[in-house]
Amino acid sequence: MASLKELKNRIASVRSTQKITKAMQMVAAAKLRRAQDAAVASRPYAERMGRVITNLAAGVAGRDGVSPLLSGTGRDQVHLLLVATAERGLCGGFNSSIARLAREHIERLKREGKTVKILCVGRKGRDALRRLYGNLIVDTIEHNNIRNIGFANAAAVGERVLAMYEAGEFDVCTLFFSRFRSVILQIPTASQLIPIDLTAVAGGASDMGGASYEYEPDEAEILADLLPRNVSVQIFSALLENAASEQGARMSAMDSATRNAGDMILKLNLTYNRTRQASITKELIEIISGAEAL
Amino acid sequence: MADRLTFELVSPERLLLSAQVDMVVVPGTEGEFGVLAGHAPLVSTLRPGVISVHDEKTIQRIFVRGGFAEVTPAGLTVLAEEAIDLASIDQAGLEARIKNAEEDVADAASEPVRAAAQAQLDGLRALQGSL
Repeated sequence: MASLKELKNRIASVRSTQKITKAMQMVAAAKLRRAQDAAVASRPYAERMGRVITNLAAGVAGRDGVSPLLSGTGRDQVHLLLVATAERGLCGGFNSSIARLAREHIERLKREGKTVKILCVGRKGRDALRRLYGNLIVDTIEHNNIRNIGFANAAAVGERVLAMYEAGEFDVCTLFFSRFRSVILQIPTASQLIPIDLTAVAGGASDMGGASYEYEPDEAEILADLLPRNVSVQIFSALLENAASEQGARMSAMDSATRNAGDMILKLNLTYNRTRQASITKELIEIISGAEAL
Repeated sequence: MADRLTFELVSPERLLLSAQVDMVVVPGTEGEFGVLAGHAPLVSTLRPGVISVHDEKTIQRIFVRGGFAEVTPAGLTVLAEEAIDLASIDQAGLEARIKNAEEDVADAASEPVRAAAQAQLDGLRALQGSL
């Protein structure tokens, strides 16, 4: 049986842990709100971009000389996995579920005899994948000191990926991130960036069906201009979804941590009181039996 | 004015402007073009320049960089990577930023850093030129 002093210390330490998790939960709730707004605000751009590209792509499909971003390199030997995770831990299964999805993907590609390269966006993803696939990780892009992800951050990642693509370093690029559904539900998702996956990009219903457009300059040139932008836009919306998911996951993780700490304090208090009572009883018995012996 | 044009300006971060206006002049890659209500469907890329939004008697001028304009029967949508309202720019601040950018280009340590600084500077110069 632990002594009274030890029990008292434990209660105090659990109580201060609870204070921390409670504070983290509230901070995450506030940040979640902002992250969610940012994710919602970015949707119109991505949707319209996707719609226009889908229409253009349908027009130029099958022609010669279309951008390799649309048609691919004609091979699918080297795969680049862009794994977007958080910079911090303590957010439940958020980072590990993305890493797990990426790991499954890597294993499948390896079985098929493909070459895999990994580009991590976010420190936690690298930490999770380094042990098993350290030699596959090309680089890590950290957004450590950035409070709110801006488009410029995503564009920098996009340019990096495009430069690698132009240098012929990979054939297919897949982006891993967590789609935000609600505070308790975040879905780890893999989406193919290069060559572009039109069914996924379409997103909103295409309402341009009947209308015939004038293009200025011609379709192929507009497409060549838009496709690289689209890569950045896709990365940007993935990063925003990720930010919202991270805060959501952290909020629910910290909520249950706070509740667990509460349960623990109750249990410890019970033991503390019992122990105290037992020691008082013991002292009384000692005094009484001592007096009787006289 | 019977017909009004629905005009939306969208940046990757958010929807910047959504309004009913008379006319919008857009800096297309192959020349500026004005869009009135009922314009034929058109898709055009943009060059860095100024969008003029004409409404009643006021003209709002917005600097945009990178993106494209889409005219549908429903209205005009401009997707721009960067959009700055010219009325909100202060001349002295801009000059200071250009000076800063020039210095960045001058003391860039490596080629990618220099290229990034140069791009920043070009954007600012285009912005200044459009004032």
